[in-house]
This record gives sequence, C-alpha cells and structure tokens, in this order.
Amino acid sequence: MFDLSPEEWTAIHLSLRIAVVATLCSLPFGIAVAWLLARKKFWGKGLLDGIIHLPLVLPPVVTGYLLLIAFGRKGFIGSWLAEIGIVLAFRWTGAALACAVMSFPLLVRPLRLSFESIDRRLEDAAWTLGASPLKVFLTVSLPLAVPGLIAGTLLGFAKALGEFGATITFVSNIPGETQTISAAIYTLTQIPDGDAAAGRLVLVSIVIALIALVASEWLSRRAGQRFHGE
Amino acid sequence: MTMLAVDVKRTLPNFTLEVAFSSDGTIALFGPSGSGKTTVANLIAGLVKPDAGRIVVNGDVLFDSTQRIDVPAHKRRIGYVFQEGRLFPHMSVARNLDYGRRMNGLPRDDNDHDRIVAMLNLGHLLTRRPGKLSGGERQRIAIGRALLSKPRLLVLDEPLASLDAARKAEILPYLERLRAEKLPMIYVSHQPDEVRRIADHVVRLEGGRVAAAGGVELLG
Repeated sequence: MFDLSPEEWTAIHLSLRIAVVATLCSLPFGIAVAWLLARKKFWGKGLLDGIIHLPLVLPPVVTGYLLLIAFGRKGFIGSWLAEIGIVLAFRWTGAALACAVMSFPLLVRPLRLSFESIDRRLEDAAWTLGASPLKVFLTVSLPLAVPGLIAGTLLGFAKALGEFGATITFVSNIPGETQTISAAIYTLTQIPDGDAAAGRLVLVSIVIALIALVASEWLSRRAGQRFHGE
Repeated sequence: MTMLAVDVKRTLPNFTLEVAFSSDGTIALFGPSGSGKTTVANLIAGLVKPDAGRIVVNGDVLFDSTQRIDVPAHKRRIGYVFQEGRLFPHMSVARNLDYGRRMNGLPRDDNDHDRIVAMLNLGHLLTRRPGKLSGGERQRIAIGRALLSKPRLLVLDEPLASLDAARKAEILPYLERLRAEKLPMIYVSHQPDEVRRIADHVVRLEGGRVAAAGGVELLG
C-alpha cells in the first residue's frame, strides 16, 4: 500500500516545488505590501487591499480563468512575456503563479497585523541611534514581525500546496508538468481502482501538512523565547 | 560658540508651539505637562518637523526652513533617552548597547564601552534580555545605549518619570556624573529637585512658549 509509484512521486515532488517557489517568490512582495498597508496612507489603498483579498472570496475557477486571460499565450501579459521567452500557460511555473496569487492574501494578513502591532516608539528610538529608515526596518521592524512572518509563510505555503481550482483552470492537469498532489488525487478518483493510490497521496498530504505545522510551531516558540526570555 | 540655538514654530489643531532660546552646557526644559517640553525635545532630535524655524547645534544647522535644511534624525547624532527606555526586546543588553555604534558605522571603542558599562554598572546585565529587567536597570541601559552612539548632544525626556522614588535615587547619581563629564545635555522634566541636581541652565515653558530662561534660580 505504501509503495508510491513513480507518477505519484512526480506529483509529490512537483507539488512541493510549486508550493516552495510560490511561497518564496511572493514573500518579498508580501512583506512590502503588508508594510504599505500597515503603515502608509496613499491613494488607492482600499483598492489595493481589495484586489489582494479578491482571490480569497472569488471562486478559484474565476481566478484561474482571469489568469488564463492575462497570462495565457495570447493574454495581454502572456503574449508580452512569450516574446522574452517566458511561458506560463500549462507549465509548472504557471501553477506556481496561480498558487502565489491564491495564497497571497493569507501571507499578507498575519504580516500586516504584526507590523501594525509593533511599538513604533522602538522605531523612533532606532532612528535617533543613527539607523536610516531602511536599517530601522531591517533591524527592528522586520525582526519584531517574525511571528507574523512565520504564520503568514505557513498559511501561504499550506494554501499553495493545496491549491486546486485556479491551478487546474490556468495550467490544466498535465502529469509531470502541472499535476500536483491535489490534481493527481482528483484524477485518481475519476478512474476505477484509483482508491488505493488516492489514499496514499492523501496520507502524504497529511504528513506534509503536519510537518509544516510542527515546523512553524517550533519556529514561533523560538521567536517568542527570543523576545521574552532572559 | 553656542551649544544649542532653537527658534521654532509648530502649529497643531489646538496647540501652538513657538519657542526660541539658546544656551550652553546642561539645559533643562522645565514646565508643567502640556507645556510643549517633549515636542521641543522631539524637534531637536528630528523626530518631529517644525513648520518653520531654525535649529543649530555646535554651529551645525540641523534645521532651517528658509534654507530648506532638514537633517534626518539618523544623521543628527543626538542621543535620546526616552521616558520608557524603549530597549529593543529582540536583542540582548550587549546588542542594545552596541546598536548605535553599528548603525553609525563607528569602529569598536573598547575603552569607551568599558568606561560607560562601568559607570552605569551594567557589567552583570550584558548577556540578559531586556524583557525581565527592572525599570531602573532598563533606564540605565537606555542611557548607556544613547551614550555609546557617541552623540554630540544627549536629550533626556523625563527619564525618571516612570520610576519609583527608590529607582529615581538609583539613577540620579549616574546623571550627575554625566553632568560632571561636561556632556552637552537637554534634560526635560517638571521636577524642580531633579533639575536642580542636573542642569546649569533652565528654560521654563508654559503653554508652548518660553516663559523664562536663565539659571536654576528660576525654579523658585
């Protein structure tokens, strides 16, 4: 029962690669956007907030379809990207983009709350001690937002790992290219005798999710000790 | 050369600050709460921007609205000790103390470091985290942290206000030592007895204006 077939290994490997790439690539943007929303007042802030949260409330198929329109080979961004040799449609990179878009609100939210809860007087203190605004951010604000960073990264990663609707709409379900664990399970439920294989992949999903949860719990506890310990 | 010359104006919805004074040595900004003392301290440190005016420290223009000069806080080299310490909770005491030196890109100065650590009696605290220290310990570290950034002027905003009488008595001798070392200081307080022990000159503020300026005899 626990002998995974090469196809199943491929799906697991692909899922992890897509989720890791999606999370790592959206992290810098997530930090920047969370900071903007937490600290800055600017025209269109409400609009930006709304657009970021849209994937959370839209049907995933709709988000996937919008991605296809925009980033497909004939899409207004996709055709431009194709000219410089970047193709996202029906590629694993496209799956990573879909996962990044879908998980972005979950990544941003805890980070934003963390930035909002920082005692800004500490930032003023750092400023008077000779730290430029960028150094204040890197040495005080960001380290103090680590709990939100960990929570956001975990939530984003988990969402990216489990994303199905937008991914399958945008990049389809191609074994070895865009077939993630979720898509593979879906395929297996559609064929006779697929139950055992589907069961194995379900088990693998649970194990990956548990590992991510335990790792983030451990990291949060360490971060907590750093702030409150001796 | 005058150590500090301030002539600033700042208007808020229900408060207007219009303050001008110049002085040397240890200056106390003295007055009741709401008189604008902390705002003046923040204006000098660069945390708050005046609507108009001029701030000069040791001949260096830090702010001049007519010449459009506004040196940002991190380039002013003004050490600031806040009422509540404001230590960085994610750094050890040693890292807190070293922060200003690192941010200013100054070379390590072990003599200066050891002298200030000894003066403020911080040696046994260096490996600790700020979280569980007493108010007095935190405030001594805050003073050390500001001093180790090698400021040309030290601003202390009611550094004793959040401490009980015993802790105040613990910190005051350290502040007197700073005065003896002739470090230029601005001491913000509404306590005449503190000011008498620390300041040479007194600027008395009332309702956002200078009510009187002179020696400690102004304290009455």
